[in-house]
Order: sequence, then structure tokens, then C-alpha cells
Amino acid sequence: MENFTPLASLIGGSLIGLSASVMLCFNGKIAGISGIVAGLLSPTKHDTLWRLVFVAGLLAGGFLLRFFSARSFEIGSVRSGGALALAGLLVGFGTRLGNGCTSGHGICGISRGSKRSLIATATFMAMGAAAVYIVNHLLGGAL
Amino acid sequence: MKSVLVSFLSGVVFAIGLGISGMTQPAKVIGFLDFTGNWDPSLAFVMVGAITVHAIGYRLSRSRPSPLFASTFAVPTRTDLDLRLVGGAALFGLGWGIAGFCPGPALTSLVSGHPSVMIFVVAMIAGMSLYTLIEDRWLRRQVPAQGGGSPLTTPPSSAFQNPADS
Repeated sequence: MENFTPLASLIGGSLIGLSASVMLCFNGKIAGISGIVAGLLSPTKHDTLWRLVFVAGLLAGGFLLRFFSARSFEIGSVRSGGALALAGLLVGFGTRLGNGCTSGHGICGISRGSKRSLIATATFMAMGAAAVYIVNHLLGGAL
Repeated sequence: MKSVLVSFLSGVVFAIGLGISGMTQPAKVIGFLDFTGNWDPSLAFVMVGAITVHAIGYRLSRSRPSPLFASTFAVPTRTDLDLRLVGGAALFGLGWGIAGFCPGPALTSLVSGHPSVMIFVVAMIAGMSLYTLIEDRWLRRQVPAQGGGSPLTTPPSSAFQNPADS
């Protein structure tokens, strides 16, 4: 529990909720990152610019973090390139098959009481925990 | 034009929220998912904060006939549970647990220039593209097109993209 940061996490989470609320109330869009990125991969007219600009905003926010909170980008875990590539494939494929990720299902969906998002979130949390158990405890962290 | 500015600023605030909350640190994410080890419950507070604020934001949006800078709300309406939802979430969860990255934090972390992030993001985009390829070639044919049309004549954004959950 030495890394427990409840206040920072609560404030950061609130900012994420604020961002998603602004996107919804002003632009009518769901701030689900996997959906926003997937829309860029098969672009359609009038539905691409806001996605590009949102992702540009994410990167700009990342630059600000580099200056004000360099600790945000501590990786702190040692996964091989192969493990990261496998994980990326699973995340990319899985979020399309299941129509959402931590933001689209975990935050936006649950906030509006979507049963689909609740089930999806419970599922990816459980499988995430299973993956960590396998990698960290059965394989000794070596993957 | 105002809506473009809103999208940009929302992206900035989203990224800063991810950074402050700890979501961009894979070791912290893995610590949150490590229930049988040295469990770090911090990221539960991210969800509490985000869901509390957005539940209010969602209610606000419901009180209006349309968004301020757009004509319609693109909010998902599906309520059915299917194998794709659960299977997709399961695959996503596995990847999330292995790497400690989900899509938003991974994109935000690109500016760190860390090779781990680059590998993950390239693979993630490959995974998304692979899904589109498989969906176009195979999955879509299993679902009869609405109105009796041939699956091949179905517009690319039929049942699966709009309304999606995210």
C-alpha cells in the first residue's frame, strides 16, 4: 500500500469525468478512446476531424504532463517487447469486438447506467486481474 | 469551429486527468489488478471520481434537446448482451493486465518516447485493423443484413459501429 494515492486518483478521475461530460454536453460525443481511435482507422466524412483533434489534445496534454508531472510517465514494470506486442494486439482487437475500453464502458457507460458497460467492465477487470495473477505470480513476473 | 476547440480541450483535460490519477503508470495499473499481491486500490478512486462527475454531466445532457455545439447526441442505445461484448472485454482485459496500458493512457504516454509505449500502440492499432479486416470478411456474413439485403451491400457502418458503446 506504499504507493496508495487516493486523493490524486480521485482528482485525476474527476478531470476525466469532466472531459467526458464536456464532450457529451457540448459536442454530443462519447469520450471512449478506443472508439475514437478506431473511427480514425476507417474515416468517414464529417466524423473524423473531432476525433483527430481529440487525440491531438491527448498528446498535447501528455506534453504538459512531461513538464509538470514527469513521474506520470514512469513505466515501472518490465515486460518484454513480445509481451507488449501481444498485449497491444489483444487490447486493439478486444476493444473493437467488445465496442469499448476503460473509458467508453468503464466511465461513460457505467455513468449512464448501461447494463452492457457494467458487464464489460466487470469482465475486463476480472480478466485483467487474471492476467496479472498469471504473469506476476505463476510466471514470476517474467513475460 | 467552437466544437473543434471543445474536442481539443477535452482531450487535453482527459490526458491530464489520466496523468494525475496514475493511469499512465503501467506498474500502478498492474498493482491495482494484483488482488493477491501488494494490492494498490488507488485506481478505484479514479473510477469513483470519473463516474460521479460524469453521471452528473450525463444528467445535464439529458435535460437538453441537443448538444450546445452539435445537432444530435451520439449516445449508444443498445441493451442486449452478447458473446462479442463479453469476449471482446475478456481479450481487452487480458491485454490490459499483461501490459498495464489501456488505449487512453497509451496514447497520452506516446510523448514520453518510451519504446514500450511505441510497441504497445503500434500493436493496438494493428489489433484494431485486424478486427476490421475479420469483421468485413467473415463476421458480417454471419449476421443477416436488416431488410433482407445482401451483407455485401450493407453500408460499412451498420449495426456495429453506430451506435457503438464508445
